[in-house]
Amino acid sequence: MPNFETILKKTLHIFTLVILLFATAAAMGKTINVCSTCEAKTIQEGINQASDGDTVLVKKGIYKEVNIIVDKSIILLGENLPTIDGEDKGEIIKIVADNVTVDGFKIINVGTSYTSDYAAIRVIKKNGYLIQNLQLEKLFFGIYLERSDNGKVLNNTIKGDAINEYNSGNGIQLWYCNDVEVRGNDVQNVRDGIYLEFSDNIRISHNLSRNNLRYGLHFMFSNNDIYEYNTFENNGAGVAVMFSKFIEMKNNVFKENWGTAAFGLLLKEINDATISNNVFKENTVGINLEGSNRVTYHNNDFISNGWAIKVRGACYANSFKENNFLYNSFDISYNSNINDNEFDNNYWSNYTGYDLNKDGIGDVPYRPVKLFSYIVNRTPETIILLRSLFIDIIDFSEKVSPVFTPDNLVDENPKMKPIKHDRS
Amino acid sequence: MLKILKYSFYDLMRSRWSYVYFLFYLLLGVVLLFLNNDLSKAVITLMNVIIILVPLIGTIFGVMYYYNSREFTELLLAQPVKRSSIFLGQYFGVATSLAMSLVIGLGLPFVFYGIFNSNAIWDFTLLLVTGGFLTFIFTALAFVIALSNENKIKGFGYAILLWLFMAVIYDGIFLMSLLYFEDYPLDKFSLIATMLNPVDLSRVLILLKLDISALLGYTGAVFQKFFGTSFGLLLSFAMLIVWVVVPTFFIWRIAKRKDF
Repeated sequence: MPNFETILKKTLHIFTLVILLFATAAAMGKTINVCSTCEAKTIQEGINQASDGDTVLVKKGIYKEVNIIVDKSIILLGENLPTIDGEDKGEIIKIVADNVTVDGFKIINVGTSYTSDYAAIRVIKKNGYLIQNLQLEKLFFGIYLERSDNGKVLNNTIKGDAINEYNSGNGIQLWYCNDVEVRGNDVQNVRDGIYLEFSDNIRISHNLSRNNLRYGLHFMFSNNDIYEYNTFENNGAGVAVMFSKFIEMKNNVFKENWGTAAFGLLLKEINDATISNNVFKENTVGINLEGSNRVTYHNNDFISNGWAIKVRGACYANSFKENNFLYNSFDISYNSNINDNEFDNNYWSNYTGYDLNKDGIGDVPYRPVKLFSYIVNRTPETIILLRSLFIDIIDFSEKVSPVFTPDNLVDENPKMKPIKHDRS
Repeated sequence: MLKILKYSFYDLMRSRWSYVYFLFYLLLGVVLLFLNNDLSKAVITLMNVIIILVPLIGTIFGVMYYYNSREFTELLLAQPVKRSSIFLGQYFGVATSLAMSLVIGLGLPFVFYGIFNSNAIWDFTLLLVTGGFLTFIFTALAFVIALSNENKIKGFGYAILLWLFMAVIYDGIFLMSLLYFEDYPLDKFSLIATMLNPVDLSRVLILLKLDISALLGYTGAVFQKFFGTSFGLLLSFAMLIVWVVVPTFFIWRIAKRKDF
């Protein structure tokens, strides 16, 4: 027979549980269902019925809606990936309230326009948004953030069908945004995978950006940003970082960016950046730098690129340390014979020196710039003589007594064995 | 002609030099593969060997064989055999045995390494095919030189000079003209200049398979467009065949009138 005490305890438990349930329900607001048989038939109706803090739960189905305006702080949640079809009429979701979450939709057929940038989802001058688990297809612009801070864009899949640059948009675009996290997105076949303009303190990580028409990632006038653990593959022209300061680029993979004007990474007017632990593999040009100062490159791997690093001029006080240069056609190319950059402790697979005292460092300095790369810079057609015996002979004589290539451009301590980086 | 070809071929197969040549390639293949452990890098090194060494050996061996077998040739000439078929038979005998040493010597280690299961098989086949072509081309050129020079020293001198010209000097002149005329569009010129030298042509053909990312840059696209298409490839092989046929024709013509 249960005694009085246990009964009291049980009642108390149930009572607390009920109170707790009520409390959470009040905090989370009510839930408004949207489906073809529900009270709210369209997503816009659902939002109109909601108030701040509510959840609008959209059931599976196809919703043909454009210009959905989210003007309350709600959670717009899709159940089993409902589809919003814009029927190429224009913008689909517009967020004009703080603290909005959009989660779990498939959004297709964004209208293309030559006068306005229609986006699948746009945030205008609002903060604290969370956009995640979306699948965007057949789009013009994907996720467009303008003057909106402190948000997160996570785990979205964006698959465009861009053919020409002039009538296609960007996957994720940030314009005058600060403190945004962009993580785990998969962007392909758009113009620029991820585009940043005037955006500071952005953290971009674990994204996959591939097969894009122009750049996998594009920075303009954005400072103090970090991007790491991303993969950029087979983009029209690779990744471009321009006119920005204090950017950290770490643990990224740049590969197979092939083409007549393609590179793994383009740096233009970049100052005080750090580029470390990246892998550049099979790009026409690994890194192309122009007007970049005080950038440190360390622990990167350059594997089988046409040119590992192409220095275009006006690049001062950069330092290249402990990188691996493996089987590139050209390791470094310069277009002048002035050098103010430092090369030290790298491994060069083309190094032919010896190490008599067995300390792992070659006894003869290595000159990474070949005369031939200088000639190719001047007259690009000469590339057809690559690996010819005559070229090897003139390269050798230049190595012995440099005339055209920068005299002080040497790695005094070339490593004898490839450097093992800890890649986590 | 076939009988003489067969005779020359078996004669060479028994000779020490074929074995040395064969063993050299065998050793090279084994060392490259099993010390390197990277198939595509091994193919690149092989390319360097093939475009430089194969023409050199073809030239030297061709000249040497012709001068060495002179007495036998004189003996043959006393028989009722056509002159042209004697010399052509000798030429094909030498070239075939050299090409065979190359293909088998390099092929064996790669077969054991498992080339058939690798996607480098086409690069490798192209390598061997161009190597074979280069053997035939340079042996033929060597025979032409030897046939038109009674003097051994002169013959050797010309043969070495020919190799030096094709492998090194031609590229030097090519580079100089590219630099000198850099203000003009040079795509067509460089294409034609490449086609005219079998060594350059073989090099570019193999390179386009290997260093594709570098050559694709900027002007590389023009070359890629040309050599990458089946038309370009066919034209290149046609050019290599022309390079075999023309010197062979010269052997035939000189041999017809050749007297001792």
